[in-house]
Amino acid sequence: MMMILGKPAPLLFGQLLLGIINGSFYAMLSLGLAIIFGLLNVINFAHGALFMVGAFVTWGLLHYLGIGFWPALIIAPLMVGAFGLLIERTLIRFTYKLDILYGLLLTFGLALVLEGIFTNGFGSSGVSYGGPNILSGTLNLGFMYLPVYRAFVVFAAIVICFGVWFTIEKTSLGALLRAATENPALVQSFGVNVPRLISLTFAGGVALAGLAGVLAAPLYSVNPGMGTSLINTVFAVVVIGGMGSIGGAILTGFGLGIIQGFTEVFYPAASSVVVFAVMAVVLLARPAGLFGRVA
Amino acid sequence: MMFGFTRAQAVGFFVMLGLLIVAPFVAYPIFVMQVMCFALFAMGANLLMGYTGLLSLGQAAYFGMGGYIAGYSVQTLHLTPEVGILLGGLVGGAIGVVFGWLSIRRQTIYFAMVTLALAQLVEFFAVQDTSFTGGENGIQNIHRGRLFGALPLGHDLQMYWLVLAVFMIGFIFVHRVIHSPFGQVVKAIRENENRAISLGYKVEHYKWIIFILAAVLAGVAGAMKALVMGIATLSDVSNSTSGIVVLMVLVGGIGTVYGPLIGAAIIIAMQYYLAGFSDWVTVIQGVIFIACVLMFRRGVIGELGAKLKLSL
Repeated sequence: MMMILGKPAPLLFGQLLLGIINGSFYAMLSLGLAIIFGLLNVINFAHGALFMVGAFVTWGLLHYLGIGFWPALIIAPLMVGAFGLLIERTLIRFTYKLDILYGLLLTFGLALVLEGIFTNGFGSSGVSYGGPNILSGTLNLGFMYLPVYRAFVVFAAIVICFGVWFTIEKTSLGALLRAATENPALVQSFGVNVPRLISLTFAGGVALAGLAGVLAAPLYSVNPGMGTSLINTVFAVVVIGGMGSIGGAILTGFGLGIIQGFTEVFYPAASSVVVFAVMAVVLLARPAGLFGRVA
Repeated sequence: MMFGFTRAQAVGFFVMLGLLIVAPFVAYPIFVMQVMCFALFAMGANLLMGYTGLLSLGQAAYFGMGGYIAGYSVQTLHLTPEVGILLGGLVGGAIGVVFGWLSIRRQTIYFAMVTLALAQLVEFFAVQDTSFTGGENGIQNIHRGRLFGALPLGHDLQMYWLVLAVFMIGFIFVHRVIHSPFGQVVKAIRENENRAISLGYKVEHYKWIIFILAAVLAGVAGAMKALVMGIATLSDVSNSTSGIVVLMVLVGGIGTVYGPLIGAAIIIAMQYYLAGFSDWVTVIQGVIFIACVLMFRRGVIGELGAKLKLSL
């Protein structure tokens, strides 16, 4: 058996893959948080809950309507996004004029409501989702066995992250978003409907959480707490990377996933806390975060 | 006015003291003790939220750890209950020293996220280190023992007077902190941090001290709660407890003297009366969060004070 750094290669690469998958979810979720925060100045504490809703919608589409994974990949994010639009218009928009912390408290309450409703409906252990047949099975790469679905998740996450980065940094819609982040009053005076832009941005960011939820459904058990446990780590990722740049959020997300994967190989006991340890070091050395503006 | 109390607050003080002395004879003593424990916990959170403008989402770390320490020292080390409570406060404070030092480097939402993440760390520790915390089972059947090794606390009424005494000391202490010159600077930092810096105040030190005080209060409260209920569990150290204490402050009234007590009473009463609805309690708490933010930002005491034009 091939050995790398005193560890068997299949173990090392297997954990590295798991790390990259975790990193994919960190990246997709912190990306949504960063986009929403940029324009709304609201840190969406319901992001994890909406990720969970995305996974449940995926399961529900199959279970109740017989709609499979591929259509769900489109339908579920749209539904979560539409729900995001609804809560932005009916609840969140009233916090824009208030202290920044009220937006946090409101979305925190929203997360409790969503989690509570799904716990009542499905129990805390949740349900399981099969995933598409075409992506089942494993590939033998010689040095490790690669489950096809996992490879697909990593590939999809990279495509999604690149797509979002491209949209925001390279298109005219992105330029509009960045301008509205910089100076909403000025952009509005040019005739742009900024409140609508804000609503759609929130819906888009939330849809991204829903999309991550669809990808997570076949991978993890679909349960009401799946979002919360993930999002707490994502908040640490956001503190490490700062929310100043989209590229920074993506890099930090994948980077920390990989660090977590390696820790699992060399010192398993610390793997669940390594992200928080990195956060502590970053706070000491670079309080604004790796890519952050001072805040 | 006396001790920095306004007249309305002084009246409130004696009303509160009178009610708390009568309470165990009219209401279920365990319930009132639990309210006082959470009120002490919420008063610490209010120091951060209300008077310093720092929203911590990780207060359960100190509360839960205080409970474990008290349970462990009374049950395994056979120490007396007052030592257990003291140790709970000290250990809570010690964690606060480290976590505060890290978290005050960031502001507003980042501060909230850092405190949440650090509390997650403590929760992981509590789950994994089963020899100390008992993992999923927690520390069960904690005997209250004898106060100073002499006075028995086994009966709920005996325990009640201890909890009341600690609560009152905590209440007066917090009140004195708020109305001291130190407290004035803290409020100045909340109002305008840059101006406080330009006046030459080391704002980090002030924030850090408030953070530690809040952690000590949480530790003491958690330790007492563990002795009252006879159990220290994972739920006391979990994120939902951090959320509940924030909710208590919000419902009672951010930055008010009596808000945390009223908020604690309302939320604990709700948990008692809605216990049969199990998971719907979370939903109701979430709805209250949303309602408070959208319509009711001053909380019960804040609204009452505004109606009566008094500072409560």
